[in-house]
Amino acid sequence: MISIIAFTLLLVAGSGFFFYNILKIRSNIRLGRDINRTDQSGERWKTMTLVALGQKKMFARPVPALLHLALYSAFVITQIELIEIIVDGLTGNHRIFKDALGGFYTFIVSFIEILSVLALVATVAFLARRNMLKLPRLNMKELAGWPTKDANLILIMEIVLVACIFTMNGADEAMYNIGHSHYAEGTGSFGFAISSFLGEKVFGGIDVSTLHTLERIGWWGHILMVFAFLNYLPYSKHFHILLAFPNTYYSNLEKKGKFTNMESVTAEVKLMLDPTADPYAAPADPNAVPQRFGAKDVTDLTWKNLLDAYTCTECGRCTSSCPANITGKQLSPRKIMMDTRDRLTEVGDNIRKHGKDYSDGKSLLGDYISEEEIWACTSCNACVQECPVNIDPLSIIVDLRRYLVMEESKMPTELTGMLTNIENNGAPWQFSQNDRLNWANED
Amino acid sequence: MSLHVPTMAEMMAKGESPEILFWVGCSGSFDDRAKKITKALVKILNECKVNFAVLGAEESCTGDPAKRAGNEFTFQMQAMMNIQVLDGYEVKRIVTACPHCFNTLKNEYPELGGNYEVVHHTQLIQDLINTGKLVLKDGGMYKGKKITFHDPCYLGRANDVYEAPRSLIEKLDAELVEMKRCKTNGLCCGAGGAQMFKEAEKGNKEINVERTEDALETSASIIATGCPFCNTMMTDGVKNFNKEEEIKVLDIAELIANAAEL
Repeated sequence: MISIIAFTLLLVAGSGFFFYNILKIRSNIRLGRDINRTDQSGERWKTMTLVALGQKKMFARPVPALLHLALYSAFVITQIELIEIIVDGLTGNHRIFKDALGGFYTFIVSFIEILSVLALVATVAFLARRNMLKLPRLNMKELAGWPTKDANLILIMEIVLVACIFTMNGADEAMYNIGHSHYAEGTGSFGFAISSFLGEKVFGGIDVSTLHTLERIGWWGHILMVFAFLNYLPYSKHFHILLAFPNTYYSNLEKKGKFTNMESVTAEVKLMLDPTADPYAAPADPNAVPQRFGAKDVTDLTWKNLLDAYTCTECGRCTSSCPANITGKQLSPRKIMMDTRDRLTEVGDNIRKHGKDYSDGKSLLGDYISEEEIWACTSCNACVQECPVNIDPLSIIVDLRRYLVMEESKMPTELTGMLTNIENNGAPWQFSQNDRLNWANED
Repeated sequence: MSLHVPTMAEMMAKGESPEILFWVGCSGSFDDRAKKITKALVKILNECKVNFAVLGAEESCTGDPAKRAGNEFTFQMQAMMNIQVLDGYEVKRIVTACPHCFNTLKNEYPELGGNYEVVHHTQLIQDLINTGKLVLKDGGMYKGKKITFHDPCYLGRANDVYEAPRSLIEKLDAELVEMKRCKTNGLCCGAGGAQMFKEAEKGNKEINVERTEDALETSASIIATGCPFCNTMMTDGVKNFNKEEEIKVLDIAELIANAAEL
């Protein structure tokens, strides 16, 4: 009875705090500007199914893709066992699916166990890639400090989770072998793929009370890790396991080369080109505060940019394919996403603490992302192409450039010349528009 | 053979309208190297008796570099003025040899009211060959030569055109050799996003040098491109390695025009 009460409290507190954090992140994301990403729902479901559920883009790099697939599928399938554990925790009836499902239950748990072993292998491989093989993209300067600890912590939590599952099932199996199982009558074997072996070889010969303690440690350790993990997610880059789905659903479905059209500019340009327009006409709404051109801070970005930022798991595929980064420039698309998320968390906390008009005098551009970084971008879309969860760092870079150029007239001097040329003579270089056809008469 | 390059104004004066407008672009109009690409394409259009015209002095920058640099005002001013000209001539179809013009005209003009069917010149040439209007003899000058194709970002990743230029290289009877980074994974030449018009930020290497290394690794004798800016960057990259004799940088239009002996 005490354990049921303890479990219920854990379940309520664990889920409650998780949902509290989810709502906080949701309100942060809603600080972004509006953008329509609800059209073409068929295409959106398809994209989500292929990219998030089907991991399609991961397979551009097969080795990490296979390791990741092992972890991912183990995680998804284990939820079945988790349901069982929750029912057990609330009612005290362990392995409720066993009698209901019969042989299929043995198959499912065996499947979970095999995937868990593969996940364990993958986790160890991932730790090795980060800490021993020191893969360049997993050891860049933007990962120094907390991001590296975050990554390792998640992997260690996964090892503990798997260890708990096998302690629970292995000890349970050993007790069943000697006729002391709490969940099955008589003597026998559950017949699970891995734990029937562990029960005999590892847990065999241990006395019943120790086995019982081990089983409880495995059971409680597992569920405690699940809640720890769940509540750690909103503070971690690992949040991608949930946000990958909405993020791919709300993907940009246009051609990657198409940059957004700025409607506010269109209105002004039309006015300028319209000979009948009255330049002294009163604005439609005299009290309207004109929207800032481009983005200086996170609140100038779209909610999709902000969702992107929370979805990023810092894998660095974008950065490792970025031509600027490859050739030693400051720009790293991953850092753009990390900076956006960190700044958004800060802005969101400020608003909750001091009200929505509070300004801390800082901004994404300048305090987090430097001008040098954004001017190094070639807009080649390699980062967008590479991202396994359809994050678009390029659109943030372009919006930051728009702010610099249109609000502050700050840009590399050569670009000022290029823009002047376009305005004066219709070409980025100083050639007369009248000479555009000269080539036809030259040898 | 002298080039036949009618302008839209001339055509209109005669009461004619062309099937397709050739959008030459700033690079194709003014850059000495790119002008050769422009002429190669005109030779192909002339050979196939394509009823085309250019805007000549009425053409102006699409606004692409302004938009990528973040100046939406300059971009939209250019776009609106160009749309007025294009619509004035009732243009329906456009071909261009520049992927930046291609992308902007195709993807960014519709929201400002300019709706045209826009094709890249490699797509048009592919069509001319497939419909039998352009015939390449077997065993042409590029037979058996190793050619590698550098994907322009604004043609490939930006617009998913990977196949047309490659199919043309195969039509040359040449051996198409891919660089380690190609198609969706292709590395930029370093010119996009208005980088063409400025110095690169501080780093440890130029992007075009990094990309030229990819091309040299294939031991191809020709780097084929489909973009005048990529052409400039790759040509400079080859010069950087003093390999101008061993490896040539040519546009697909030039390869086809040469192979067809135009």
